[in-house]
Amino acid sequence: MTAMQGVFLFTAGLILWAAFMMVTRQNLVHAAFYLILALFGVSIIFVLLDAGFLAVVQVLVYIGAISIIMIFAVMLTRGDVIEEAPVNKNYGWALVLAALFAFGLIILIGQWPAVASLAGEIDTSRDLAAELGVALVSPEGFVIPFEVASVLLLAALVGALMVARPQKKGK
Amino acid sequence: MIPLSWYLVLAALLFCIGLYGVLARKNAVAILMGVELMLNAVNINLVAFWRYFTPDLIAAHAFVVIVFAIAAAEVAVGLALVISIYRRRKTVAADEINLMKW
Repeated sequence: MTAMQGVFLFTAGLILWAAFMMVTRQNLVHAAFYLILALFGVSIIFVLLDAGFLAVVQVLVYIGAISIIMIFAVMLTRGDVIEEAPVNKNYGWALVLAALFAFGLIILIGQWPAVASLAGEIDTSRDLAAELGVALVSPEGFVIPFEVASVLLLAALVGALMVARPQKKGK
Repeated sequence: MIPLSWYLVLAALLFCIGLYGVLARKNAVAILMGVELMLNAVNINLVAFWRYFTPDLIAAHAFVVIVFAIAAAEVAVGLALVISIYRRRKTVAADEINLMKW
């Protein structure tokens, strides 16, 4: 077992453990911290896959922004009514469905011969962040998805403000 | 070296844990956290396929960055809805928000 495999197995175990703890914790603040741990593990996986820029963006966007909004929402919506069971009454079916889905996916992955392939050499002197930046604004690349994503973010910003704004009095 | 199957199995298991979280949790914020796990599993797959099959192209990175943007938008709107519902009904339990149940 090489060092890379050891790092991968440790990280995968960390991610899966953190994800499992996240979906089973009753205390949502703890669940949010386990979510942060799982997201951090995913950024380590990105580093193992030679996608360093994505790892940095993962930490910035997911851990730095999304998790913090999650924790804010948990703390803003702490009612005295939600401190009962963390799962709804259909959790047995959810468990069966998730287990079947995992089983089926792993069977499918096992049947595909290409999964045994190893990663080829990659030119480490490439500036992937610069290439991505050019691809996102070039007409031959991804300028339309990029613009649509920016419009979507603007719409989400305005929509979130409209939805979460307190109601006016007398309404 | 790490074979591709390891990444695919990790992503499959992470996706299914997220699926369980979405289906089984009661709290609407916890459901959104499960969605984040599922999106991350998809991102692992995208980057793994990029690294193993098309390392010369940049498309996977563009996809992953757009998934980040979609996730951020989804969380912002979703949590705004949760806070708005909490303000009106004093609950965020998904099975008690049945105002539109037919």
